[in-house]
Amino acid sequence: MELLKIENLHATIDGKEILRGINLNINAGETHAIMGPNGSGKSTLSAVLAGNPAYTVTEGSVRFNGKDLLGLTPEDRAHEGLFLSFQYPVEIPGVSMTNFMRAAVNEKRRYQGLAPLSSGDFLKLMRQKKQIIDIDANLTNRAVNEGFSGGEKKKNEIFQMAMLEPTLRILDETDSGLDIDALRVCADGVNRLKQPDNATIVITHYQRLLDYIVPDFIHILYRGRIVMTGGKELALELEEKGYDWIKKQFQD
Amino acid sequence: MAKDKVAAIEDLGNDEYKYGFHSDIATHTIPKGLSEDVVRRISELKGEPEFMLEFRLRAFRHWQTLPVPEWAHLKIPPIDFQDIIYYASPVPPKKLGSMDEVDPEIRATFDKLGIPLEEQKVLSNVAVDAVMDSSSVKTTFRATLAEKGIIFCSISEALKEHPDLVRRHLGSVVPHTDNFYAALNSAVFSDGSFVYIPRGVRCPMELSTYFRINARNTGQFERTLIVADDDSYVSYLEGCTAPMRDENQLHAAIVEIVVGARAEVKYSTVQNWYPGDKQGRGGIYNFVTKRALCRGEHSKVSWTQVETGSAITWKYPSCILKGDNSVGEFYSVAVTNNYQQADTGTKMIHLGRNTRSTIVSKGISAGHSQNSYRGLVRVASGADNARNFSQCDSLLLGNQCGAHTFPHLDVHNPTAQVEHEATTSKIGEDQIFYCNQRGIATEDAVALIVNGYAKDVLNHLPLEFAAEAQKLLQISLEGSVG
Repeated sequence: MELLKIENLHATIDGKEILRGINLNINAGETHAIMGPNGSGKSTLSAVLAGNPAYTVTEGSVRFNGKDLLGLTPEDRAHEGLFLSFQYPVEIPGVSMTNFMRAAVNEKRRYQGLAPLSSGDFLKLMRQKKQIIDIDANLTNRAVNEGFSGGEKKKNEIFQMAMLEPTLRILDETDSGLDIDALRVCADGVNRLKQPDNATIVITHYQRLLDYIVPDFIHILYRGRIVMTGGKELALELEEKGYDWIKKQFQD
Repeated sequence: MAKDKVAAIEDLGNDEYKYGFHSDIATHTIPKGLSEDVVRRISELKGEPEFMLEFRLRAFRHWQTLPVPEWAHLKIPPIDFQDIIYYASPVPPKKLGSMDEVDPEIRATFDKLGIPLEEQKVLSNVAVDAVMDSSSVKTTFRATLAEKGIIFCSISEALKEHPDLVRRHLGSVVPHTDNFYAALNSAVFSDGSFVYIPRGVRCPMELSTYFRINARNTGQFERTLIVADDDSYVSYLEGCTAPMRDENQLHAAIVEIVVGARAEVKYSTVQNWYPGDKQGRGGIYNFVTKRALCRGEHSKVSWTQVETGSAITWKYPSCILKGDNSVGEFYSVAVTNNYQQADTGTKMIHLGRNTRSTIVSKGISAGHSQNSYRGLVRVASGADNARNFSQCDSLLLGNQCGAHTFPHLDVHNPTAQVEHEATTSKIGEDQIFYCNQRGIATEDAVALIVNGYAKDVLNHLPLEFAAEAQKLLQISLEGSVG
């Protein structure tokens, strides 16, 4: 089943074109990795899909669950099942993770025409999901990302993913700033939450993460376009040869 | 965004201030303007003892010698003090024996405000004094409180029933010579609440006064006096609303608190006077003097305020820490939006030894508003080992508003420890987008972030009112980001 269909997507920030015609189809159950050198547009792609208002879409279309994704507000994209694990999770001082997640879960339920969860049911859900990602019980009593270490922030992203059960999970450089243990915990969480009806986009520089989250496809993004697509073995080739041969080949 | 939610937000946009209605109630007023005759007439209408008339006349004569204060960081249009009605009272201004005698329209007004006057319907464990325009309409739970010797009534009644108590304390914390608006209030105040907690008594319920301005062109000058005798405790809350009108209305109140040895008074305010419209037309001028005197050893006063209303706010709830080891606290959230202006803060005057004070001020500015914190921490030469901690934070929404901090430290004792921390921040677009990505719409995200920011203050409100205050913050900032 086709979950996401990106056609000829162009996007700019401050008038500068970053995405220059992206085409990508993702089916339910698949894992796609997007790799590429710095500045190739990887994080821009995730931001545009999530609806970050800093970017302007100038051309192209994106269909998600059969709906026009670009016509939806960022919050409705989330309600439709799109989740972005941020490269740099944002701190919100004074707002407890519990209150934050309760608002997020209940807004989604409202979108789906469901009654909000009672406090008891909500706290039970929190406890269940905490186990999936092996997150410190105290983290959920603290303010959103405030004073979290780099590893705690990334774990917290995966915890939120567990809470919201998205159909499209976009991991934007989840491996950056993680030691090997935290990386394994995050990857395990993502794998455990994998379902036949959801799909994953993994954005990364390095092959390391893909040892844990094994992709069905790897796409190489360069200068705002997907210039090469292959299987998981492509990552090994990149690891060996670097990006220079790609850069040479697609110099224009 | 769901359709009903869009509608709900648009609805709020059209009618942000839900207390803006006017009630049709027969009102007894005396003509506009201020003179000795008007002062005499107010005192006469209220059937006051002779000493009150003298008190008022002294204040009035002093007021006439004072210039209008202009030192605050506020732009106040000239006020014509002869164009104000100084006394408006729902008729008949007579003593009420039971609920049945309260005008049904007045009851309906307070019901609409969510302040039912029938005791059985009142929030559990909260006694209410309801003041409309110049008169106290009804005080609930009086009998229950009287069993413990607690007096909770309107100040007019207190003047009749307990004149000596009032005479001893009225003006003892805020003398009529204190400032321009204090002098004006002392001359013309019409009603307010009086609380007396006897020695050793812990007041078993929250006491609350609800102020409502209804009549047009009327000033409201209420006066609250709280006396907590040695070893007593009381928690007191005031709330306020007014109709939406194009003209400005003056509200100049005085609150005096006298705290005995080892006694504690907690005073909470949720101020939601009409703030004016989006263009800055209309709204209440809220010029208030509030002060507590910690008279004995180990006495404690805690001010908590959530200020969201009024076109202009000018108020500095203060503590005079006279008794050794006494404690003063000030927790404040002040929100300004559109063209509102606020100059608010506190004064902590350390006189006794080992006195301690804490100031936590959270300013939130949006729209074209100006929000200032102004504070004074004074440590007198005899106040050995005095300690103060001040934290003043400002949060900006948008880039047309202003936040200002004017802290004054005046320390005359080398053993004092005074700390001041201040921060200014903006709600970041990255914070909003993060919330959006988790499915939380921008308006809700702002409310969430603001409530998180104000949490340290909201936590000090009595539980019954904390939720209301959170909602109020959200409504006050509706439409300020996006």
